[in-house]
Amino acid sequence: MHSLSEPKDYKESRFLSHRLKSSLGQAIIYIFLIAAVVTILLPFLWMISASLKLDKDVFRFPIEWIPANPQWDNYVKIWTQIPFLTFFSNTAKLTIIITLLQLFTCSFAGYAFAKLKFKGRDILFLAYVASIAIPWQSYMVPQFILMRKLVLVDTHLGLILLQSFSAFGVFLMRQFFINIPNDIVDAARIDGLSEYGIYFRIMLPLSKPAIATLTIFSTVFVWNDFMGPLIYLNSQSLKTIQLGLRMFIQQYSANYSLIMAASLVSLIPVTILFLVFQRFFVEGIATTGING
Amino acid sequence: MDSMKLNHRKKNVTSAWRGTLRERLIVYSFILPNFLGFAVFTLIPMIFSLVLAFMNWDGANVVTWAGWDNFRQLFQDTTFRIALSNTFYYVIGTVPLTMVVSLGLALLLNQPLHGSKLFRTAFFFPYVASLVAVAVVWNMLFHPAMGPVNQLLVTLGVENPPRWSASVDWAMPTIIMASIWKGMGYYMVIYLAALQGIPSYLYEAAAIDGANAWQKFRYVTLPMLTPATFFVSMMLTIASFKVFDLIMVMTGGGPGRATNVLVIHAYNTAFKEFRFGYSSAIAMVLFVIVLIITIIQFRAERRWVSYL
Repeated sequence: MHSLSEPKDYKESRFLSHRLKSSLGQAIIYIFLIAAVVTILLPFLWMISASLKLDKDVFRFPIEWIPANPQWDNYVKIWTQIPFLTFFSNTAKLTIIITLLQLFTCSFAGYAFAKLKFKGRDILFLAYVASIAIPWQSYMVPQFILMRKLVLVDTHLGLILLQSFSAFGVFLMRQFFINIPNDIVDAARIDGLSEYGIYFRIMLPLSKPAIATLTIFSTVFVWNDFMGPLIYLNSQSLKTIQLGLRMFIQQYSANYSLIMAASLVSLIPVTILFLVFQRFFVEGIATTGING
Repeated sequence: MDSMKLNHRKKNVTSAWRGTLRERLIVYSFILPNFLGFAVFTLIPMIFSLVLAFMNWDGANVVTWAGWDNFRQLFQDTTFRIALSNTFYYVIGTVPLTMVVSLGLALLLNQPLHGSKLFRTAFFFPYVASLVAVAVVWNMLFHPAMGPVNQLLVTLGVENPPRWSASVDWAMPTIIMASIWKGMGYYMVIYLAALQGIPSYLYEAAAIDGANAWQKFRYVTLPMLTPATFFVSMMLTIASFKVFDLIMVMTGGGPGRATNVLVIHAYNTAFKEFRFGYSSAIAMVLFVIVLIITIIQFRAERRWVSYL
């Protein structure tokens, strides 16, 4: 149970035995953590390894973690056997447009909810919060019917319109703006800055962490979204990478190494984004989580 | 939680604000770009879903009024009954285990360690990875005949290793395992933030009183974590009732109906059988269950959550 001892104990311990016990505790923690990391990342390591093998070798046991004869060719084949490039660019297009629109509309509305006064603001905000808690699936059918009436099914525009006005984004931006002191806003108003001026010259530059958080949330969501495209996109030329991946799995169910290569490629963009911005992401989750 | 938010808001209202027409137009210009989209594509369908559950519609022919028929039909629908119990199976299997695992990881990472950020990144990674890719690699790892997991079990002397997602009994546990693995990093981050927010003087006071490590954990850490635990349990419960992608890609609801959950059933009813009204009724049951559980959790919050 020494793993739970406080850092202070460690520093304050004057007795050798105590210190020895502490460093033993530390060693145990490291062993635990390393074991946990290996277990958690094992599926990804196996994915990398399998993607460089011949199909017949993928399941050979004991596992050959580093293939003796890496099949780099697999990474060429995936682009030719199915229209992977089309899926990739469709997903990139949707991700970029939806993220930009979310940033624009959510930060605008978030600012109004945090710093402006208007009639019905609390009720309206309650509707936003409620919609986050209600499962999307409970209104997916009426939403689909509406989209069909508007002739937006099987179009990218349809998905863009569905996902660009995120209630969660508004909530996140508001939680951030509300922590910016009102004095700053009031001082700017007295100096004669318009509300737009305050937003663009003061709030926006201050809200970089929130913007970064929303960017990552939105990108990860849109890039990985499966159910939205599954319901709304039918034409081959419009499909996204997640649908493409599933199609690949269904059509070439025995081409294990190609499936692993395609899966790996589909993970790369989000992985890069995550590694670059992960500090913001983690902080963003922590703040929205605790304030929520 | 809501009352706290309201208090916050009142403090932030600026007294200098006067609602002239011009000023009101400015406010609306901030709200409307988002609100219009939100109202049309979320609020209206949400309200409409209440009505649709009481109608019959195949998407092509005339809409007819069904009254309570759709809900009455639920009682005769064995797939619905199976989906309902599968959903609870999944939720009860996923929520407590994910909480324990993510709290455990957070406690480990809350120590003065070298490279704790690196560990955090690794634990968090499954959360950002796409579900389709994750599901397919799990299915291959746990392939009944060829997968490395079963080959290892056979080598270790297990004679009939489970057939995992291909077997009626093991499919749901396999999915629960995959979903814990995928989600724990997210909740770990929330717990970690909460752990770091516990003031150190509480531990110092406990140490003066002669508390050992376990007592510190039991009487300082755990009570101080209750707001985070409450938040995590809420988020996790709601998310678990909505489970779809992982099951759709890993088993498609099978084998048989072993992993058919409410959302899968609602999806199939609407988009394969085109019974939109009935699908909405299933979705309405999901909504009511989530609502009831949320209310219960909020009621219980007063009893066990302590805010400092």
